[in-house]
Amino acid sequence: MLAAPIPPPLTLGDRRRPGWRAWALITPMVAWLLLFVIVPTAILFVYSFCERDEVGGVIFHFTWENYQRVLDPVYLLIFARSVGYAGLTTIICVIVGYPVAYYIARATEERRNRLLLLVMVPFWTSFLIRTYAWITILKQEGLLNGLLQSMHVTTGPLSLLYTPTAVVIGLVYAYLPFMILPIYGSAEKLDNALIEAAYDLGAGPLRAFSAVIVPLTMPGIAAGTLLVFVPAIGMFAITDLMGGAKVPMIGNVIQNQFLQARDWPFGAALGVVFMLMFAVTYGILQSRLARPKS
Amino acid sequence: MSAPANSMIEIRGVTKRFGSFTAVNDISLSVREGEFITLLGPSGCGKTTLLRLLAGFETPDAGSILLAGEDVSHLPPYRRSVNQVFQSYALFPHLTVRENVGFGLRMQQVPAAAAAERIREALATVSLEPMADRFPHQLSGGQRQRVALARAIVCRPKVLLLDEPLSALDAKLRHAMQLELKHLQRQLGLTFVFVTHDQEEALTMSDRIAIINHGRIEQLGDASEIYHKPRTPFAADFIGQANLLSVTVLSRHATTARVRLDDGLELTVSAAELPAASQTALISIRPEKIHISKRPIAADNVFSARIQEEIFQGATDQLWLVTDQGTRLHALVANESAMNEAYHEGERVYCSLHLDDLVIVQSA
Repeated sequence: MLAAPIPPPLTLGDRRRPGWRAWALITPMVAWLLLFVIVPTAILFVYSFCERDEVGGVIFHFTWENYQRVLDPVYLLIFARSVGYAGLTTIICVIVGYPVAYYIARATEERRNRLLLLVMVPFWTSFLIRTYAWITILKQEGLLNGLLQSMHVTTGPLSLLYTPTAVVIGLVYAYLPFMILPIYGSAEKLDNALIEAAYDLGAGPLRAFSAVIVPLTMPGIAAGTLLVFVPAIGMFAITDLMGGAKVPMIGNVIQNQFLQARDWPFGAALGVVFMLMFAVTYGILQSRLARPKS
Repeated sequence: MSAPANSMIEIRGVTKRFGSFTAVNDISLSVREGEFITLLGPSGCGKTTLLRLLAGFETPDAGSILLAGEDVSHLPPYRRSVNQVFQSYALFPHLTVRENVGFGLRMQQVPAAAAAERIREALATVSLEPMADRFPHQLSGGQRQRVALARAIVCRPKVLLLDEPLSALDAKLRHAMQLELKHLQRQLGLTFVFVTHDQEEALTMSDRIAIINHGRIEQLGDASEIYHKPRTPFAADFIGQANLLSVTVLSRHATTARVRLDDGLELTVSAAELPAASQTALISIRPEKIHISKRPIAADNVFSARIQEEIFQGATDQLWLVTDQGTRLHALVANESAMNEAYHEGERVYCSLHLDDLVIVQSA
């Protein structure tokens, strides 16, 4: 989970063909990918071109209808909103997470390990329980409103829960560690002499940051962006619980199609479009941000 | 605030502590414009801290640092006309050689055309023009070292700081770079402050050497002065090799004095800097200054000794002698010609020590 750097492009030309031992070692991995990634994706892809019957079954009869429905402004709006929320979440995570990650990376080793532990402490509790905790904090008669009123900052309770703000708070809270850890991984490897060299050559703190520190920690920022943006855009639990289903994101819609609406082909079509979006995002990140150093 | 007219660096009573550890202890040092000064000492002696104080990475707890007459003690590194060649080179891995060298100019907002010309010039100075578009990881250690040098001199600093820049190079390249650095310094007329723990490097390149130990300057002088007239036991021992002999003063005359070694051997030494009779002192003699002969000779301070160990080293012979009284001495004999006498272990020889070669390094 730590600093998953974007893998460099494979250069197959100069590699030896793997022997049987290598195949034996990677077989479980290949089988896993095949069974749980490739096959389901293929099924999803096929379903997305099928029709649905009266009781929610799938009829194998080719149609473009599902994709036409995806282009309905209602769903495009939800897609756009999902990108917006996930994007905002990512930006907030970078802004909040970068200083934290940088500070941890520059701390003494003993302190560093303690701080890293603190970043990971939330993972010890179930994600759902933590989200419910946020509900008790944000609800009308919740902790935050109680505090604000007892301090006479506000007179009446504020509607915090079941708003887009609550959704973004929930998303930032859930995914911040996934931004902090990869940036920490990059910043920890940063040679202090490079920062001193920047100062020595006349760069003030801001120039040293923008011209040396940010470019050298960019792999961490890119990895963190992927780790936050991708799951955030598909999140449905937080939007359900903290958004009160009033501001659905694409994850909620897809979940609905499979569970409540029982329209698997349409859900599949949404899923396929969704995956294409990821692929495009990844491609952009790969080419723009993570300029490989070799 | 006034400094001598040609003084480029004035360090005045500078002290730097880290917790309870005093890294630099009340050091004062004046460096002339265009001088090549070396801060020499063992690791942890404070030489690197002194360099970092000059660069601005540390601020002094006491005292002040003047650069070309201006007090820079509390100026951050990016406001000082000083550039450093880092021990690890600290080249920016995400920038090409050209971009690395141009970094300082970019920060100073030098116009692009002028910057390009100065980068070209700096790369030509270190013969790296063909490498301009490579990345640091595509260069050899020696080439990276040159890039670091070019990156520092392109800014035309008043002072160039070098923090053990040659320590990562292999011996042959290191020797070549020593001479090259020396030539570059003369050619540019720049003031160099060079930090090293390598005494040979210091002797080869420096106009003056400051021997630093425990945060203080033990001795300051040119190479020959430091070598021939060490003033402390540490200076005598750290530069080259030295036999340190503890003696008691017997009697003083006009210019000479009689002293007795702890083992009873009596020697005549120069009286200057020697304490009064019955006081003790420490005397240093370089191994190559012990004259050895198989026959008795008429000279100062003649005594006989036995060769305990002999190591042939090509140009020289290392001899470990034991005097009749039991003191061990290290001697170095040049193998000038095959006609010369050869020395063997177990042989008895006569040694003589010229009184000017016996240097008082400590008096009680």
